Amino acid sequence: MFVTEMMKTDLVAITPETSLAEAKELMEKGNFRHLPVVDADGKLVGIVTDRDMRDAHPSSLLDDESYQKTLDKVLKHTIGEIMTAKPITVAPYYTLQDTLLIIGKKKVGALPVVDEEGYLKGIMSTRDLLRAFVNIMGIEEPGTLLCILVDEQPGQLKKIVDIAAEENVSLGSVLVARDWDKEKRAIFPYLLTNNVISIKKKLLALGYELLDPMQWYLDQSPKKE
Amino acid sequence: MGTTGFVFDERYLQHQTFNGHPECAERLTAIMDGLTGAGLLDDLVQIAAEPANQRWIETVHNIHYIMKFEEACMWGLPDFEHQDNSICRDSYNTALLAVGGVLKAIDAVMKDEVKNAFCAVRPPGHHAEANQAMGFCYFNNVAIGARYLQQQYSVEKVCIIDFDVHHGNGTQHIFDTDNSVFYYSIHEHPSFAYPGTGREFETGFSTGEGYTKNSPILPGRGDDEYRERLLTDLVPTFKEFGPDAVLLSAGFDAHENDLMSGTNLSTEGYEFINDTIFDLVSSSTGGRVVSVLEGGYNLQILPLLVANHIRKMMAL
Repeated sequence: MFVTEMMKTDLVAITPETSLAEAKELMEKGNFRHLPVVDADGKLVGIVTDRDMRDAHPSSLLDDESYQKTLDKVLKHTIGEIMTAKPITVAPYYTLQDTLLIIGKKKVGALPVVDEEGYLKGIMSTRDLLRAFVNIMGIEEPGTLLCILVDEQPGQLKKIVDIAAEENVSLGSVLVARDWDKEKRAIFPYLLTNNVISIKKKLLALGYELLDPMQWYLDQSPKKE
Repeated sequence: MGTTGFVFDERYLQHQTFNGHPECAERLTAIMDGLTGAGLLDDLVQIAAEPANQRWIETVHNIHYIMKFEEACMWGLPDFEHQDNSICRDSYNTALLAVGGVLKAIDAVMKDEVKNAFCAVRPPGHHAEANQAMGFCYFNNVAIGARYLQQQYSVEKVCIIDFDVHHGNGTQHIFDTDNSVFYYSIHEHPSFAYPGTGREFETGFSTGEGYTKNSPILPGRGDDEYRERLLTDLVPTFKEFGPDAVLLSAGFDAHENDLMSGTNLSTEGYEFINDTIFDLVSSSTGGRVVSVLEGGYNLQILPLLVANHIRKMMAL
């Protein structure tokens, strides 16, 4: 999955000349945590976050009068003075995996997506990533999760998928957990059906062990020494 | 001992699902055999079912949806809107008769002909949305029953308790914004079980905020968790709501022998559900309740659980 399929494209962008007052209003109105900053041509020059805005704000511990006085002054400043210039960006051909790793490593909340000429194409936030994962797991559609313990050898998943196909059941997703025990793997197919009885019976007949998924979580959870 | 009504009709067997489908006609024959064998059937007041008038179906379902379902059956299509929803030419009429059976049971209770009633009907209903069939369900029997209670008998506050192992998404969504119907469901956690809704944070919307309560149970937790959640979630919210009438979505698929789920509820666990619910019912509505069959797919255990459930109703 590429960032172009996950990113937000109905963008609200500002320029370095935008006042803090205006940016504040845009953020609050649109419930944005990040605003990309572009030049007159639409090329990305920076990003401003709600945290940058808070840092620029007067202390909330000030009395009302001094707070308001300082705030009035602060809000007249421009975004160019507080934005992060040359932020970390990704290209449209970056994948979901790329953005996951970059967001984790660089500890940023959003990544502007820019093309080769530096034009802003979209913005990819952690919220968009979460939405992509809901899609990948298929959990917006009704279904049932199974947990199947199989031997660590090729061809196991095929048998499971074949059974689902025989029963004419679609798959929402399949997750595989490797860290089970040495010779085993746990496979979690999310089946888009309420009708799991015959599939379960066939799996049992093939000698697979059907796990209580909760047991798997408990076995994975940190143990007391 | 009060009198308990019982709805069953041979025509409920005419809704034929594909070979091997868990929601099969044999479920009801197994229940009938079980009740006969247990000697309970003679002590129940038989209530004759009639097809529901379409105007009652329309209190919950969109007219276009109703027509689409009727048409799919008339065409002889194999399923309706999803492969799970297996149908035959008689499915539409059977679904009307299932709703009609529930309405007749409500009549009998409201007219004091019986104290309470159990409806051995199919197809089940609690997954059916206003305009979508889901999870073997076409018309939402209990939801229509709640509207019937309100419109035909001027009952103000209806509580629906759903103990099928699956969350009753249809029922919840139909009454999402309605503060006159309180929906409580206890079911296997949506991350593991169909249909993937019924999380604790789903509590209703706008005027209906706070009139939905969900108790998701993690797989394998069984009796202890059910006991705890019924006592902490159902009992206080039910008392606070103070319903004038109670409907049950009675599903028997949470049992440890039912392959449909993984909650591992025992036969005794089901007795605890019965006791808790019927205690509430007898203190609020004097034992008046209509219980409607939803799931339950193990043909050996289903009749036993239904018999136990009905025995408790007869003792009210």
